[in-house]
Amino acid sequence: MTAQIIGTYFVCLSLIIGSGFVLVGAIGLLKFNDPMTRLHAPTKVGTVGIGMLLVASIIHSFDIGEPSTHEVLIMAFLFVTAPISANFIAKVNIHRRACETPPEPQRDDTWSTLSVPQGQDEA
Amino acid sequence: MTLALQFLNVALAITFVALAIGQIMAMVRLVLGPTSGDRVLALDTMVINALGLVIVLGIHQGVQIYFEVALLIAMLGFVSTVAMARFILRGDIIE
Repeated sequence: MTAQIIGTYFVCLSLIIGSGFVLVGAIGLLKFNDPMTRLHAPTKVGTVGIGMLLVASIIHSFDIGEPSTHEVLIMAFLFVTAPISANFIAKVNIHRRACETPPEPQRDDTWSTLSVPQGQDEA
Repeated sequence: MTLALQFLNVALAITFVALAIGQIMAMVRLVLGPTSGDRVLALDTMVINALGLVIVLGIHQGVQIYFEVALLIAMLGFVSTVAMARFILRGDIIE
């Protein structure tokens, strides 16, 4: 049992875990019945699913004798951008009134994405 | 070593199939809708699945060049998701 064989088995394990999370996210995206509920399922694909595939890629690069860890860049980029895009899609859902409107804020008149500027009709 | 390589081939095949099924499911959600937020979310998921396919293809061929492709797809996917959401929110991308 050399280190190379153990590394290959770890690559297999990471690939299987990643593909499982990708499938779970896709099923959630398809089967949930509310836009805000559907929003939460594909975040697993972006973080854990692709993260495990990138871990497999790193271990494989050490395995075949060309070590490189620059896949961590993609992982960091995905971890930073996933909440931002999810926040934007949630704002779209609130704006289009596709979900239950959140309760009125305590100090302002209304949520900023729902407010209509002075002298403009609501689109 | 041959047993480990056989396991690796099986795991790569399973991952390819899982990513393809995920891509098809996201495409079904893209067609069904019903709201525009769902369509943006489905397109975002499809970009991320394509990113995974490129990474697994890189493992399959043992080539390092796919790293740049994956990084570019990740950046373009994020920018296009934000642009689409902003267009729905404001009717304009750069005001």
